[in-house]
Amino acid sequence: MASITLNINNASHTIDVDPQMPLLWAIRDFVGLKGTKYGCGMSQCGACTVLLDGNPIRSCSYPVSAAAGKKIATIEGLSEKTDHPVQQAWIELQVPQCGYCQSGQIMSAVALLKKNPSPTDAQIDAAMQGNLCRCGTYPRIKTAIHRAAEIQKSQKA
Amino acid sequence: MHTRQSTISRRNFIRLTGITGAGFMIGLSVAEGQGIEEVVNMSGVGESFGLTPFIIIEKSGAITIFNTKPEIGQGTFQSIPSLIAEELNLTLDMVTIKQTGGEKEFGPDQFVGGSSSVRTTYTKYRTVGAAAREMLVTAAAKMWEVPVAECTVENGKVHHLASERSAKFSELAEAASKLEVPKSPKLKDPKDFILLGKSIPRPDVPLKSSGKAVFGIDIDVPGMVYASVERCPVFGGRLVSFDDAATKKVKGVQQVISCERLFGKYRTEGVAVIADNYWAAVQGRKALKVKWDFQGKENFNSAGYAQQLRELAKTEGVVDKSIGDFDKAFAEAPNKVEAFYETPVVSHSPIEPMNCVAHWKEGNKVEIWTSTQVPGRIMGSFPKEFGIKEEDLKVNVLFNGGGFGRRLYPDYVHEAVYLSKKISKPVKLIWSREDDTQQGPFRPMTFSAMKGALGTDGKLTAFQHKVIAPSLNAARDDKYDKTKTDGTMTEGISEQAYRIPNMKNLYVWADIHIPICAWRAVTSTTLAFSHECFIDELAVKAKKDPMDFRINMLDAKSDTMRVLRKLREVSNWDKPLQKGWGRGVAQWEFFAGLAANVVEVSQNGEGVKIEKVYSVIDLGTVVNPDTVVGQVQGAVVMAITAAIKNGITFENGRTAQSNFHNNPALRINEVPPIEVFVLAEGGDKIKGVGEPGLPPLAPALCNAIFAATGKRIRTLPFNINKI
Repeated sequence: MASITLNINNASHTIDVDPQMPLLWAIRDFVGLKGTKYGCGMSQCGACTVLLDGNPIRSCSYPVSAAAGKKIATIEGLSEKTDHPVQQAWIELQVPQCGYCQSGQIMSAVALLKKNPSPTDAQIDAAMQGNLCRCGTYPRIKTAIHRAAEIQKSQKA
Repeated sequence: MHTRQSTISRRNFIRLTGITGAGFMIGLSVAEGQGIEEVVNMSGVGESFGLTPFIIIEKSGAITIFNTKPEIGQGTFQSIPSLIAEELNLTLDMVTIKQTGGEKEFGPDQFVGGSSSVRTTYTKYRTVGAAAREMLVTAAAKMWEVPVAECTVENGKVHHLASERSAKFSELAEAASKLEVPKSPKLKDPKDFILLGKSIPRPDVPLKSSGKAVFGIDIDVPGMVYASVERCPVFGGRLVSFDDAATKKVKGVQQVISCERLFGKYRTEGVAVIADNYWAAVQGRKALKVKWDFQGKENFNSAGYAQQLRELAKTEGVVDKSIGDFDKAFAEAPNKVEAFYETPVVSHSPIEPMNCVAHWKEGNKVEIWTSTQVPGRIMGSFPKEFGIKEEDLKVNVLFNGGGFGRRLYPDYVHEAVYLSKKISKPVKLIWSREDDTQQGPFRPMTFSAMKGALGTDGKLTAFQHKVIAPSLNAARDDKYDKTKTDGTMTEGISEQAYRIPNMKNLYVWADIHIPICAWRAVTSTTLAFSHECFIDELAVKAKKDPMDFRINMLDAKSDTMRVLRKLREVSNWDKPLQKGWGRGVAQWEFFAGLAANVVEVSQNGEGVKIEKVYSVIDLGTVVNPDTVVGQVQGAVVMAITAAIKNGITFENGRTAQSNFHNNPALRINEVPPIEVFVLAEGGDKIKGVGEPGLPPLAPALCNAIFAATGKRIRTLPFNINKI
């Protein structure tokens, strides 16, 4: 056991955990933020995607100790009113079905648009390949990322 | 996240009538508390009035509509409450939607499966809403002493325009709740619909775009412990003993106990590690040493079983349906075609793995929080199974992180209740992805022996589809009658609209000891492949265009004709494709509904690329067209996975795959454009949405591959990169 301080969505949380425990379980069961999901435990499905210093990582396979001192962003920190451009696009296009994978999808999309404000279909494919959706919402995810890019641009204009 | 026991006390309901068959109830009730806020967003505690158990109107003005159909991604959180709200002229932002948990007064509809939610409740729930509307209007008319016919309903109020009076539903609810329930309330004219037939945004979408939607796995209750269960890796094995010395040294592990799983006719034993947190339970489980008796089942493997099915194909089987004289017609026909088709076992793999929180409380009261498709079945079977009173069981249904048929089976709920009873604490049981992938239940394989004969004019004169497969009914029940066909295993093969003068369809039962169950679109997912690919083979033999060949076998007025004509038009079927491309068509009608697909492929190195999918679904009536488009696209994606990805195989009695790396699902870069066309042209029969897009995909794809490459695929899955 070790005392570890995590910075999640700009708030500090100190927890006493096995340092080898994946960040996912620290976020869910120790900090109590349930928006980040468990899907596979081996970086195959992306349901657990969070941003670590702005980069998407699979928190199910990332030791909590390695996240100490870094800025962690989860779905809960994206916006107060569910109005981040990606969330707006997700709602406009009615992307989610069961919705379980969507926190991870959204976090991957946020990271993509930060680096590449106007991604092509191929770039979306490359960035989003790590996120499975068993309901098959992929066509809408792709459309929604293009739409989010437009919203993002119009907000900056 | 916290939860409080919900919600409405129903002891004050005063009268029960049966006008809708849904357990229609009216009376006074008092809301005692709130449900799970994020799910139901229920506000206000205080005096309230129930207009039928489905509608609660509080004095504060808050209106709650109860949804009997768990949301598994198919849109029932919007579609079902809309049926009730429509008749009250309420929009969904004016109401709180609450999921029911199998309570008797909400009737027998508390499950989701078979694409049945809307098609079986469309009129029933509209009638519930219309009855409530008439009662509110009657109460207002009485109060104002005006004719009922002069009153209108809008914005949660009853209006009398002539005298410019209006009253809120909440002001009328008490008087309304004392009225007779109208026996046959008048339903709205569809031309006045404000919700039905329109692409209304789903109220769960913002919750699912912000991490606020609460799934079963997200529930925490005070004092809760976590469980991870080691089950026998070999199907059919038995627990002998376990050594938990190393497990108990893992920090956070509390205890190790045996655990029971009940699936269909199988009752098996595993070993549960109970811990302070899930990670500790998983670490403890890794340190566990368990001795199993494999019961000789360790020699079972897929290759051997497939050979067994091929041998069984030589037996006659039992008749599913016989028309004319197939044997004679086939024997005498000038042109015959025979083919053998094989399909794999597949997993459901919803991204939310199986999980359940159960709390066995003092006095043998039990509360369950879970993602399930079947709250009604849990309420119906658990009291007897666990020896408790029905009124002492409370089931809280959360958003399901995918169902696809897997959550029709509450084996994981049984496990959690069993564990909580044993340790007298609330238990959160989580299956790992490996548990989910390896322990089943699975969709079974079907093998198909096909025979067809053509007359000299190229018309199909004799047809036979013989299914060789394990039985879903036998998996459920030892008393399964092997002398009869299992209709769930011959699903749809005798129901296609093709007019064929001589047809004899057969079923050969194959025993299996591995848990099998329904999967999205059930056995149609494999039988449509063999059936509709074989129809294509016959069209080729007859030298006919595959679309023409099918259409020429249909009644002009059949639904299938309507679907194929639409598909022919929207897919540009009659326009030639570029060189190296091919297109294929397939349709499928079964209990859940009717859809047809055209797939276009292009040659791509040694394989093919799926360029485009066109899908037409026939509904009769549609509640939310946008939801239907999403459902059909999703069904197509799932069908492509089942056609071209590994599937599940067994080696040494065990599942060979374990997680998404070796049991892959389609990823975003593999998805072709999917164009969906919704036919909602009226008619008495309302058809299902969630499943019908799936069965015709694999055959349309394989027929397209034949058109592009000349290679006929008769075995699923296949490697799309090397045909």
